Amino acid sequence: MKYEIQPTLPPPSSMIGVVGWLRKNLFDGPYNSVATIVVGYFLISFLVPTIQWIFIDSDWIGTSRDACTSGGACWVFIANRLDQFLYGFYPEAEHWRPQLAFIILIGSIIWLVLPQTPKKGLVATLLLVVYPIIAYFLLYGDLFGLPQVETHLWGGLTLTLVLAVVGIVASLPLGIVLALGRQSDMPIVKSVCVTFIEIWRGVPLITVLFMASVMLPLFFPEGMSFDKLLRALIGITLFQSAYMAEVIRGGLQAIPKGQYEAADALGLGYWQKMILIIMPQALKLMIPGIVNTFIALFKDTSLVLIIGLFDVLAIGQAANQDPDWIGYSTESYLFIALLFWVFCFSMSRYSQHLEKKLHTGHGNR
Amino acid sequence: MSNSGHKPDGGSAPQNAPPLNKPKFWNDPKKRSLLFQVLLLAALGFVFYTIIQNTLTNLEQRGMTTGFDFLSREAGFGIAMSLIDYTEASSYGMTFLVGLLNTILIAVMGIFAATILGFILGVARLSDNWLIAKFSALYIEVFRNIPLLLQIFFWYYAVLRTLPTPRQSLEFFGSFLNNRGLIMPAPVPEDGFGLVTIGFFAAIVASWLIARWSRKRQELTGQQFPVILTSIGLIIGVPLLLFLFSGLPLGLDHPELKGFNFKGGITVIPELIALWLALSIYTASFIAETVRAGILAVSHGQTEAATALGMSKAKTLRLIVVPQAMRVVIPPLTSQYLNLTKNSSLATAIGYPDLVNVFAGTTLNQTGQAIEVIAMTMAVYLTLSLLTSFFMNWYNARIQLTER
Repeated sequence: MKYEIQPTLPPPSSMIGVVGWLRKNLFDGPYNSVATIVVGYFLISFLVPTIQWIFIDSDWIGTSRDACTSGGACWVFIANRLDQFLYGFYPEAEHWRPQLAFIILIGSIIWLVLPQTPKKGLVATLLLVVYPIIAYFLLYGDLFGLPQVETHLWGGLTLTLVLAVVGIVASLPLGIVLALGRQSDMPIVKSVCVTFIEIWRGVPLITVLFMASVMLPLFFPEGMSFDKLLRALIGITLFQSAYMAEVIRGGLQAIPKGQYEAADALGLGYWQKMILIIMPQALKLMIPGIVNTFIALFKDTSLVLIIGLFDVLAIGQAANQDPDWIGYSTESYLFIALLFWVFCFSMSRYSQHLEKKLHTGHGNR
Repeated sequence: MSNSGHKPDGGSAPQNAPPLNKPKFWNDPKKRSLLFQVLLLAALGFVFYTIIQNTLTNLEQRGMTTGFDFLSREAGFGIAMSLIDYTEASSYGMTFLVGLLNTILIAVMGIFAATILGFILGVARLSDNWLIAKFSALYIEVFRNIPLLLQIFFWYYAVLRTLPTPRQSLEFFGSFLNNRGLIMPAPVPEDGFGLVTIGFFAAIVASWLIARWSRKRQELTGQQFPVILTSIGLIIGVPLLLFLFSGLPLGLDHPELKGFNFKGGITVIPELIALWLALSIYTASFIAETVRAGILAVSHGQTEAATALGMSKAKTLRLIVVPQAMRVVIPPLTSQYLNLTKNSSLATAIGYPDLVNVFAGTTLNQTGQAIEVIAMTMAVYLTLSLLTSFFMNWYNARIQLTER
């Protein structure tokens, strides 16, 4: 008898390819099959008419509501008001200014995001320190011969981005200081920081905005009047810095004690220890948390409509009430939702990417 | 060589050695921190002093009064929905109470719905079924990246406001849905309904006793008892039987179309429905991610061990995975509950009469007492936050892993 090793047989045809995939992922047993059919039925019966409404039956070109005849979505409405959605009531001749500010912002962000570009530190510092000043003079004007544009004319996506960028840039350093204060050995510093953080975190942003708009003027001497936008920005920054502080505290707590001890053993002072050893590690650990706070802040900027600022959502609300375009509110909500969604989703994806890239592999997280 | 030079009785430290350089005042950490704290206190004191002085001057110049006397004055405005008796003749203090109760109502309703929806979605995202997992992922990515306020507006203005007028209401099971809200028949208890209520509570007590007895028995003998099924049977069955045998002691107040609106029944205002939908759908997407993280935190060996013991998938999930996942899930879940409660304040944007709308809105505008009103509103949310986290911390400590 001669034994011969037979070649391994290929898996049965029902286990590989499309059929195999379907069997494994969709029809694995009776429960799963029923679930697939039920969910699939609902998805199809919902998605098909929606896609038809958004893309196939929709109208895109025209100047008035008469162009919307095909029964689908009326994107003519959005197209006609696009300028307002983007710039609010900013004078049309000056639109190049928010555009320029936006291009610089996007350019530097792309510079920071791309892996190959050099001098990232410099660009980041410029973006955090110099850019806000440039952007302010670009948007507000009254310098270098630029005509002044009052802040109550700012609106739309421009205002949303102003609120978000200022909120982010201002709340990060304040949050770091608060987090360090909360970890401090000095009892008074610690209790002041804890009180500050707990109070701001325990109340809704709306009440903070109300406070900024009705109470802040009372706090300052007579005749010192504050711009409404500035008041909202102060409220948002204070609110957000409390959240930021808690995220950073989490990062500080995650740094092994040995790191602090090693820094002490080297004879580093408090600030050297924090800036050179602890903070870089803590901030890296906390990237997901910080980006989550940014995303929350970005979405929360829509609340300023309650105190009468015209961010992109408020512009949409106003457009929906235009008698010429009544009945197309779904279109404007969808458009604004898409704007917010693109920003938030890309931020969250980028943070996941960074998290993976920066994970240096020590520790078992 | 063990001398340290600091031992008082060591005697090895030479008496006539030159004294150690006394550190400069600003190099002594203790004194420096003391100075720093004194400076901070002084700065804070100065800021608060200036603010209070400015506020007092400003209030005086505008002729505004301070104090809480306004709470007992007559409010003189109506509120669309109130859980307690409220008329225009009620006081501003009552408007506070009405708003507070409405806030609590929407928070409880929202937490309830968001928890159920969030758990289903969180488990579904980890399902073996590709379609279900992807559907859940899509839901989460869509809804948590869109501002809540926009979602509230969408449900309110684009969906509920475009429903037909009362005359063309959608009708189902004696209820009516139109742009004024959902109008349902109101239950009116008649004689003998008290018996049903008693039966209901008795069934709850009985279920609790059975659960205790069965846990003891399982610890002693290892035999299991179908506690959940029995409890459901008791809690539904006992009141139902009593209800049937005592001659259906429950009338229904059917809503009727009179003129342009409905009379009778219970009306759920569209603002409440829109807010409830938006809050639950939005928060559920965050809860789902929390639940998913919790389930993933349970080591896969646990599932494998359960499978090796021959437990079914459903039983593994219910008895092995979820209880362990809860430990990871509870703290972030608490934050989500708090967020939902605080987010319910967005009600003011569509006019649901919650605390912020009724009190920090109308009452503030009418009385002008900004400081008192905002302080009371903030105090309510702070208290709710602290209470919720206190309760959840207690629960968290109770189910914490006890290592032996």
